[in-house]
Amino acid sequence: MLILECPYCGVKAEETELAAGGEAHLKRFGPGSSDDEFHDYLFMRENPKGVHFERWRHANGCGKWFHAARCTMTLEVFGTYTAQTSVPTQEIQDKIAAKRPGWTWREFADGKK
Amino acid sequence: MKRYSVFAVAREALRYHTGWERAWRSPEPKRHYDVVIVGAGGHGLATAYYLGKNFGITNVAIIEKGWLGGGNTGRNTTIIRSNYLQDPSAAIYEKARSLYETMSQDLNYNVMFSPRGVIMLAQTEHEIRGYKRTAHANQQQGVQTEWITPERVKELVPIINLHGPRYPVLGGLWQERGGTARHDAVAWGYARACSDMGMDIIQKCEVTGVRTENGRTVGVDTTKGPIDCDKIGMIVAGNASVLSEMAGFRLPMESVALQAMVSEPIKPCMDVVVMANTVHGYMSQSDKGEMVIGGGTDGFNNYTQRGSFHHIEETVRALVETFPMVSRLKMLRQWGGIVDVTGDRSPIISKTPVQNCFINCGWGTGGFKSIPGSGWAMAELMATGHSPLTEEFSINRFKEGKFIDESVAAGVAH
Repeated sequence: MLILECPYCGVKAEETELAAGGEAHLKRFGPGSSDDEFHDYLFMRENPKGVHFERWRHANGCGKWFHAARCTMTLEVFGTYTAQTSVPTQEIQDKIAAKRPGWTWREFADGKK
Repeated sequence: MKRYSVFAVAREALRYHTGWERAWRSPEPKRHYDVVIVGAGGHGLATAYYLGKNFGITNVAIIEKGWLGGGNTGRNTTIIRSNYLQDPSAAIYEKARSLYETMSQDLNYNVMFSPRGVIMLAQTEHEIRGYKRTAHANQQQGVQTEWITPERVKELVPIINLHGPRYPVLGGLWQERGGTARHDAVAWGYARACSDMGMDIIQKCEVTGVRTENGRTVGVDTTKGPIDCDKIGMIVAGNASVLSEMAGFRLPMESVALQAMVSEPIKPCMDVVVMANTVHGYMSQSDKGEMVIGGGTDGFNNYTQRGSFHHIEETVRALVETFPMVSRLKMLRQWGGIVDVTGDRSPIISKTPVQNCFINCGWGTGGFKSIPGSGWAMAELMATGHSPLTEEFSINRFKEGKFIDESVAAGVAH
């Protein structure tokens, strides 16, 4: 059973209390962008076998969106963090690096890998 | 290959069954093949079979990291139907359904195809309209389906509760020629036929890399050493993103867990397949008497072949309100598989940015029913570079906005 701690209300919520919102930290593209950029933004997903950043909503709780870092191969949760960021917090990134040396992700919004 | 027949059974009965041979060989990989198929599930084996049967290409290896048919081919609820709304879907699923009808004869292997009929229940006004629309579309497509009344539903499924606590049964979309088949036998039958044509099925051999030169595939690296090939077909369902990354391109796809379960065996009580998409559960009875039950996918990315407990509860709850008698059944087994879901819930059968590298994935929760049609079309695409059945399922359709949107038409149980 998947249990995530809501970073806003601090509740350790079990998955029936949560709604999954798909991959996080997508770079948004809209008017003025190229077809390829728009296509990638809408449809392309990392779908990694390993570290995954994703959006969740504490639907049957405080109702707020937040982020989680999770491993899709073991279902290990590395941690949850605020939605007010376009890149995973350094703390989360360090935690993941300690447990999964050499992990990668596509470029984050700040240009760092 | 010794053919299976009533005479073979009689012959073996007289000599203590010592004459049965292995259904397929398990050779070590050769250095080079014309075609390498990655993934020995139903779709991969069917592709190899039709490459050999329809196009005479038999220098083929089928590489499998686990065991043959051990992924989603052995994990589904064995439902076969072709009552899809969109023309390209109806075409390929109907092709598959019609190939299932003669599969046991074609393969000389009993796949126990049972065209017992499939009902999709309409339990809301929207579903009535949706299914009537599908029935009209199917008529145009040459797929035999019809809209039936609640009374007819009750006649076909005496154990159903038409006046459920949440949603009444308002009618149904009935495909008389749909049904079920023995899922393992489909993989085993294709494997036996492929092996007989001289193809190599290499199990417990994981692909670790895809080698390319100047934008063309030249081979794969595996745990049993490198294998050169002229063409490669990636047919690995939930792991397609992993494999495509090795080849250097991405897919518009996410992998999630889908679960199923079976009950203890009981006497025959339901001789059709029933899908209840509003409350979300579907059920059929196997020849052993077990009720085979399927539900919905989890909402989050997952590669573990384990699903969420609460989905099991939801599925069982849906079935208890639709078929009150199942409330007294014990469940025997429950399992999960990793399905590959695309943006429009339709598959990708396509060339890729890498030359001579073909991909067949994205069947999501509807893979089993399409195995022969998918194999037929994929083989044609790989052999000739073009197949009328796959044209609309190109990887480029997302860029072009030419979706084959079955998420609305098929609801969730797809």
